[in-house]
Amino acid sequence: MIKRVFQGAIDNIQIMDENGEVDVSLFPSGLDDNKILEMYKYMSFARALDAKCLSLQRQGRAVTYAPLIGEEATQIGSAMAMRAGDLFVPNFRQHGVYLVRGLPLEIMFLYWRGFEEGGAIPKEVGGFPYIVPVSSQMPHAAGIAFAQKYNKKDVAVLGYVGDGGTSEGDFYEALNFAGVFKIPMVAIIENNQWAISVPRSKQSAAETLAQKGFGAGIKCVQVDGNDVVAVYKVISEAIANAKDGPTLVECVTYRMSMHTTADDPTKYRDPAEVEIWKARDPIDRVRKYLTRKALWTPEFEAKMGEEQLRLIDEAVAKAETFKPDPKSMFENVYSYMPEVLQEELDDSVANNFWQG
Amino acid sequence: MIMKVNMVSAINSALDLAMQEKEEVVLLGEDIGKDGGVFRATDGLQAKYGEGRVMDTPLAESVILGASIGMAMSGLHPVPEIQFAGFMLMGFGQLANHAARYRSRTRSRFEVPMVVRTPISGGVRTLEHHSDSPEALYSHLGGLIVVIPSTPYDAKGLLIKALHMRDPVIFLEPTKLYRLFKQEIPDEMYEVEIGKANLVKEGNDLTIVTYGTMVGVVNEVVEKKNLSADVLDLRTINPLDEKSILESVKKTGKVLIVHEAPLGFGPGAEIAARIAEKAIFELDAPIMRVGSNSFPYPFPGYENYYIPNALKISKAVDKLLSV
Repeated sequence: MIKRVFQGAIDNIQIMDENGEVDVSLFPSGLDDNKILEMYKYMSFARALDAKCLSLQRQGRAVTYAPLIGEEATQIGSAMAMRAGDLFVPNFRQHGVYLVRGLPLEIMFLYWRGFEEGGAIPKEVGGFPYIVPVSSQMPHAAGIAFAQKYNKKDVAVLGYVGDGGTSEGDFYEALNFAGVFKIPMVAIIENNQWAISVPRSKQSAAETLAQKGFGAGIKCVQVDGNDVVAVYKVISEAIANAKDGPTLVECVTYRMSMHTTADDPTKYRDPAEVEIWKARDPIDRVRKYLTRKALWTPEFEAKMGEEQLRLIDEAVAKAETFKPDPKSMFENVYSYMPEVLQEELDDSVANNFWQG
Repeated sequence: MIMKVNMVSAINSALDLAMQEKEEVVLLGEDIGKDGGVFRATDGLQAKYGEGRVMDTPLAESVILGASIGMAMSGLHPVPEIQFAGFMLMGFGQLANHAARYRSRTRSRFEVPMVVRTPISGGVRTLEHHSDSPEALYSHLGGLIVVIPSTPYDAKGLLIKALHMRDPVIFLEPTKLYRLFKQEIPDEMYEVEIGKANLVKEGNDLTIVTYGTMVGVVNEVVEKKNLSADVLDLRTINPLDEKSILESVKKTGKVLIVHEAPLGFGPGAEIAARIAEKAIFELDAPIMRVGSNSFPYPFPGYENYYIPNALKISKAVDKLLSV
């Protein structure tokens, strides 16, 4: 006898297509054109910020930087879906999420200029610092979500991971843990098709990355990650359902640029592929939509861009006045200063090792 | 009130009192619930505090440790139990990449108060990967406090102290000592200072720096040979109580370091280097070390040839005293 004991299917959701046309049957009820305009502003802001960071790095004013261009809809849509008290755990590319959540940009710049002070994310942002070891943040997200449930708080925790990150053991361990404890975690795969030089097809033989949720017994869905409206809707629903358990959302997007400033994609990627994705740009389609609604004009764009650049420049200027205090390296290792560490500190101070 | 207990019961008592004291204390790990842990360290705690606070997790060390980090940053004080030290390496990345540096990488905006408990060291005829002494691995990272008790009294007091700190503490429990002997200890809450060595014997001819499973063996040698020796039980491996070590070494002029961890790049090397840097002209003899041999822990059939025994320590003492 053969009995089918499990059957699963993955839905892909798109609401706003590449021409800015909307599937009204799926349009989220809580969303109006003002909010879409706000999304547009944030996506544009994120792209401007990205360009600035890239330029700072090229001028030697920032360390290695991981660009987000192309992934704005996934980041802005998911961040705007968060309620006031919700929390998020990024990897190293979610600058747009920080932006929406109000991280002072000078703190972000401090991170990319190579200072730990950039990891001191203010409490009101509701976020955790960038994490570099791929997928190792997902267990943290699970633990943070566990703590919300333990304290009976209706708070959802969004954990971001890339397509490459879904191959890590930590990704699966975290999903599995989330499923068993039914914790309020929303795991977001920002599938940008490339893990440095390794394409999505070589990352996993699975047809979708979303279906990895089946192995953990949690809800899973795929969304057009370049459609800010669809991302917003799907993540909003996952957040609303978080009190009953976790969801895995795969956002299908594209890394339009390099992995980081240390990378050169022309070595391994066909430029024709990039052209295909250019036509699916997450910002262009919203502009088309807003133009039809008479909410976008070139004058509006110019004014918005100018204002955003001003904010970015002010933050850069502020970050560049930061003077590191080497003592702070010693003072933040433990909750107290052990004698053996104090001695190393005293030695450095007494001998002026930090001079010049 | 005084109770006469072994180390497992002392640990159980510490966890019980800490859970009573603070709702934030939660336990998680493999088989720690109904089963009470494979060594019974958490016996009865799930029945007393419920499945919401004493949790059997899926069999996955990295998420046990990684989720604990997330819990710790969210106001809880988790006590993950890793079933054996060898399996903790599956979650090593979480400890090295995150627990050890989250405070510093956020300039103390986030802290990771958690106590990772795991059984270490051998001598009890267990299978492979159940008998490692990995304290040097965790101490070398910096940012993690590494504790190894050698008595029921210390185990309870150090564990309670660890749960009163805001740091990640790696609490390494020598399996062999879990049930080796009982000791009279207070049944109420008390702390033993972390970062402070314990002078368990006082003498003038030499200093023996040791900890964990080797404290008992060293004491046996000292008594049998009727030595006048300072025996210093470190209790905390990182941060090291350098002050107590130097104080004793300067008094006796001779020092032997004894641990069960492999000799090469072991804690003894760090201790010896510090003594050499700061007290070499007060020594009458070369610094000596005794450890297990410099290769991974063998199968149990061979372990008695591997772990330092009384004879090996005794010979080292003879050599040191003959200089």
